[in-house]
Amino acid sequence: MNDVIAALVAPFDAAEVVERSYASSATTYHMIAIPVEEWVLFAQAAKENGFDTFIDLFAADHFSEAPRFEVTLILLSMTAKERIVVTTRVPYDDPSVPTLTNVFQGANFYEREAYDMFGIDFPGHPDLTRILLPDDWVGHPLRKDYDIGAVPVQFKAGSADL
Amino acid sequence: MAGVSSEPGFLLTTIEKGANWARTRSMWPATFGLACCAIEMMGTGAAHNDLARFGMEVFRASPRQADLMIVAGRVSQKMAPVLRQVYDQMAEPKWVLSMGACASTGGMFNNYALVQGVDAVVPVDIYIPGCPPGPQSLMHGILSLHEKIMSGEIQRSTGLV
Amino acid sequence: MSDATERAESVEEKRRAQHEIWVSGTEERMPFAASTNEGSQEMLPRDQDPALDIQRGIAVDDDFVTPERVVSAERQIINMGPQHPSTHGVLRLQMELDGETVTRVKPIIGYLHTGMEKTAETLSYAQGPTNVTRMDYLSPFANELTFSLTVEQLLGIDVPPRADAIRVLMTELNRVASHLLSSATMGMDVGAISMMIYGWREREICLDFFEKVTGLRMNHNYIRPGGVAAELPDGWEDDVTNLIKVVNAGVDEYEELLNGNPIFLDRTLGVGVLTPEEIKQFGITGPVARASGVDWDLRKAHPYCGIERYTFDVPLGKHGDVFDRYKVRIDEIRESLRIAEQVIVTIPSGDYRTTDPKVTPPPRARIGESMEALIHHFKLFTEGVNVPAGTAYQAVEGPRGELGCYIISKGGARPWRMRWRAPSFAVVQALPVMMTDSLIADVIATLASTDPVLGDVDR
Repeated sequence: MNDVIAALVAPFDAAEVVERSYASSATTYHMIAIPVEEWVLFAQAAKENGFDTFIDLFAADHFSEAPRFEVTLILLSMTAKERIVVTTRVPYDDPSVPTLTNVFQGANFYEREAYDMFGIDFPGHPDLTRILLPDDWVGHPLRKDYDIGAVPVQFKAGSADL
Repeated sequence: MAGVSSEPGFLLTTIEKGANWARTRSMWPATFGLACCAIEMMGTGAAHNDLARFGMEVFRASPRQADLMIVAGRVSQKMAPVLRQVYDQMAEPKWVLSMGACASTGGMFNNYALVQGVDAVVPVDIYIPGCPPGPQSLMHGILSLHEKIMSGEIQRSTGLV
Repeated sequence: MSDATERAESVEEKRRAQHEIWVSGTEERMPFAASTNEGSQEMLPRDQDPALDIQRGIAVDDDFVTPERVVSAERQIINMGPQHPSTHGVLRLQMELDGETVTRVKPIIGYLHTGMEKTAETLSYAQGPTNVTRMDYLSPFANELTFSLTVEQLLGIDVPPRADAIRVLMTELNRVASHLLSSATMGMDVGAISMMIYGWREREICLDFFEKVTGLRMNHNYIRPGGVAAELPDGWEDDVTNLIKVVNAGVDEYEELLNGNPIFLDRTLGVGVLTPEEIKQFGITGPVARASGVDWDLRKAHPYCGIERYTFDVPLGKHGDVFDRYKVRIDEIRESLRIAEQVIVTIPSGDYRTTDPKVTPPPRARIGESMEALIHHFKLFTEGVNVPAGTAYQAVEGPRGELGCYIISKGGARPWRMRWRAPSFAVVQALPVMMTDSLIADVIATLASTDPVLGDVDR
């Protein structure tokens, strides 16, 4: 762990940091797991510590594990040339993560996508509606208990009645 | 064009053939580019492959001015009603060409998001295989459509005002 | 119900019935896609629009119109798209217009949502590249490379130096092809139709080379976990040398055509400005960010595939307007060709894929001789590559910016979750900032200059 990351996570006791290196590259990035209560605070602190470029925000579904949903935020510091991947877990019965739109305006569409695909609630989001799917869609397709919706393929070639 | 015939009662057929000939020689496609295939469709219209040879380089932005809808790419559930509306806005006679695996059958994406074959939404006259079909495939499909129209195999009239 | 409505409905029904599709041989109707309820995707009244403050931009006063000047007598809301020739795909822009002035913009996306992230969970790692290459269809090699690098990071394997060099060559030529198309369509959108024809002319040469190497003009599935699919064909050096010569000459021609053209300059200078602060807030990367003077290129910051060995510059703009974006792309074409030139000279000999038997199938001749080779072959083609549990993020500098892939693996041959960080998604989100309070003609120029690929946005 280098100085930038150490300074960033110092006030957060619960943060777990793992250093990973990219494939075919000498550079590294850091994965940081934090509890959901510190989500906004951590994003704020990261922004003040130079991680001011918003890269990505998305969710994942760890179906059988205890806090089922995982929300991930990726930030970049162009000055320190560092990248952090911040994750937090929320349970199935209360999948809500406070919005980051007040910290990074770019989080707007990404949070809408996470809501659309996983049904994660982002309290405080200005316009939390479906973004990729039609408004009247039922369910959240990237959840593991949502069927992929494949239609059986019929191989008709060679049958007599065609 | 049919040759000159001396038999009586042949006039209507010849007009029909003449009309078909005229239709095939300036069949203007609507720009209905959706995904990867749209790029190849544009490539077909560009200088290298030169769709102008068949009088078809004029891609019309307005469906009202187009005769042929080339559905180029994957059709999502959200896009399907839009596609149908554009089709309904086109003036008769009109033809639909389903370009590529995704438009024809859903391709490799057999999932919740895509319409598995655009023939569930609009009637299709020609299917072109490929992912994406190259310009040559597209031109072959277009020429096959021309042949079908010329031979009278595809006949469609509104029957309604 | 009045007679008129009834009649109208029956005509409507007849029209529908005429185009109804039937399952062949039965009386059954084909399932018809239900109409979409756009619901809350309508534009809200002004006083309820939460996004209005964002649209004003953050730090810059690049707008043409001050609120005092706006007269609301001619206020109207129009939809541009989802089917529109200059939206570069199926993007829908809902715009509130006041005469010729755009006062509000709402991008609506999802018309090309393909469910690729869900499909990826059912495909093995060997099948993965076929899926992701169709995502951003203008930079298929970059997609494949990102996916392959992420899988390699999880596997903890390295690829031979020759595979790295081939990967660099193909992705850089792909950048050339993508920027050529971007410049061509942008030329057409601002009225330079000859630019469209010239751009495609040079792009065809790149595609011919791709076809020679991979067998396909697009969606190649050439870069795979563990290396690349095949060796470069004989005589590829001559092809690339010729390509570099022709494209360089073509790019000079574009600059001659456009750089001094007063109409082009009028339509692009000072239009659609983004500041570095806005770039960072919205996470915009790539040529759009560099046109605003943000000096960030992943090839320099987090180099991959040994790209740090090649000499190249990162072109930067100053003003962040449409013209600078066009200029940055043109310069990037030249820099990418410079890299390709160096690859021809410095490419090492050796294998084009890793020899690790857990990833690469054994050569055909070995299967008859060695029991182990047969087992590896059987395991690879029935089960696929087994990837240990873990998570990995990897990003490359695609033609549109940071293209990132995040894979969660729980062991086994299929990813548990695959997430794509799409550069166009970020750009589409920032469109209102660029477009609000400009003229409607500038909307087209702005959109063209950001070069979004909707397959990338909707995935």
